[in-house]
Amino acid sequence: MSVPPLLEVRGLAKRFRGLQAVDGVSFAVPKGGIVALIGPNGAGKTTTFNLIAGVFAPDRGSVVLDGADITGLRPDRACHAGIGRTFQMVKPFGALTVLENVMVGAFKASADSGAVRQAALEILDRLGLAGKAGTVANSLTLPERKKLETARALATRPKILLLDEVMAGLRPTEIDAMVRTFADLSREMGLAILLTEHVMRAVMALSHHIVVLHHGQKICEGTPEQVSRDPRVLECYLGSAATAVGMG
Amino acid sequence: MRSGRFPILPRRAAAALALFVAAMLALPFFVNSYIVSVLVVVLFAAYFGQAWNIVTGFAGQLSLGHALYVGLGAYTSAALFTRYGLPPWIGMLAGIAVAALAGGIIAALSFRFRVGGVYFALLTIAFAEFTRILFDHFDGVGAASGLFLPVSSLARDDVLLLRGSPVMFYYLLLALTLGALALCHDLLRRRIGYYWQAIREDEEAAQALGIDVFRYKVAAMALSAAMTSVGGAFLAFYENNLYPDTVFAVGRSIEIITAPIIGGLGTLFGPILGAFVLTTLGEAMTSLSSGFTLNGLKQWCYGAALLLIVALQPAGLWPWLRARLGIGAVRR
Repeated sequence: MSVPPLLEVRGLAKRFRGLQAVDGVSFAVPKGGIVALIGPNGAGKTTTFNLIAGVFAPDRGSVVLDGADITGLRPDRACHAGIGRTFQMVKPFGALTVLENVMVGAFKASADSGAVRQAALEILDRLGLAGKAGTVANSLTLPERKKLETARALATRPKILLLDEVMAGLRPTEIDAMVRTFADLSREMGLAILLTEHVMRAVMALSHHIVVLHHGQKICEGTPEQVSRDPRVLECYLGSAATAVGMG
Repeated sequence: MRSGRFPILPRRAAAALALFVAAMLALPFFVNSYIVSVLVVVLFAAYFGQAWNIVTGFAGQLSLGHALYVGLGAYTSAALFTRYGLPPWIGMLAGIAVAALAGGIIAALSFRFRVGGVYFALLTIAFAEFTRILFDHFDGVGAASGLFLPVSSLARDDVLLLRGSPVMFYYLLLALTLGALALCHDLLRRRIGYYWQAIREDEEAAQALGIDVFRYKVAAMALSAAMTSVGGAFLAFYENNLYPDTVFAVGRSIEIITAPIIGGLGTLFGPILGAFVLTTLGEAMTSLSSGFTLNGLKQWCYGAALLLIVALQPAGLWPWLRARLGIGAVRR
């Protein structure tokens, strides 16, 4: 590839006390690309997200976004550099309304409350939350909170969106709707997406490229087709005895 | 339909506010001087509550040492007046600078070293107490024996030198309280207000949305301290005497936070409503218990009433009353 990737992660490593959570992980996300980071529980997906988003600085390795080195940048600076993220354990601003939650994100781009409100309403509309605009975030259901996480991150107008398990708890029809929404966003706005997800239905339908982590290391990567046939992937997910069973 | 409490005040809220302002403007013409002096106490509590509400109600950082900024504002303006003859309005500006700096430094030190929650609250008490002891030994402002303002002829109100009757102070404090209300209303509708509330609700999520959490928390503390110091300057010129042990007292810090908590933490009108309810309650208890010789009966009744309010309306009286009046959205 002659075009440099939008996000390039190189040799990322992070150790917590005795645990090597992430161990020399490298991958890239092209502009407008959708890449999934998958792996069993404890594989290091969320830690990788946190290293990219600046929650903690990596011990080794680098993160480059759109030509700028953002390694170890504080979360708010990473956001200003173009990283938008959601949290696996949702963190709504509980006492604020859905609209106000999204406005907080949209204030990154403008200080004009009217314009910010308009931008937030458009995003809510896009994610099917417009009917909940005046609802206090505390009274939302879990799937709605997941959508709110996404809406809020999207409101910061990121170059790349980091989605940490946003499909969990959604019904299959809702998952399909979310997959369509993300695919549209990526296509229309050139938005790159890096996601971790346990819902394989979403991963397979959405991603152009999949990176598989296991015990903090990348064990393989490729198209959804390639990855789902890779024996190492089946082994880490299902154990060596089950290599004949497909993922789904 | 719940449409959120959005930019323009709903018409009914504007009407209620106009009615309140009109009543407050007219009140001194209909009541005796005792009631005016009670209303002055109400307005002091309302104004200090509003100032404290910014850092704790809006930005979610619990300060239990706001007497510090009352004292800094009071001593700065009073000392500049008695020693150098500087008019209180100039002294007030100096007090604002001193208090904002003190608040900013305390907040910056705490938040830089990730001191938060109750530990931050303890630190604010410590700074207030430390300053009280410092002033107890500060001979330049009278130390423990106090600083006194000359009580000149009260024949005519002098707004420039803040020498005058309780009625003059009543109107000045009313203007100050309404000014603070307007400022808070405006702040909550700007980016800074949204950012403060986001930080109060979840710091990590706020930071992920690009908010420089440290900067906004320090700004909230500095602004809150600056506003508090203005009230402190008025207090000095109203009471005409200052003792470190009363001005910087922990009890005062607690008093400051009670009205906004009872009225509704983080709400716009809560501190004002809370100040009315609490002061009226206190006065009523005093007059009711005056016939008895039982020690502390007033405090007992006062405490029981507070307990009842907190138990029945934990979110404060204003959210409850607002819903009854049909003003704005029902939140929480």
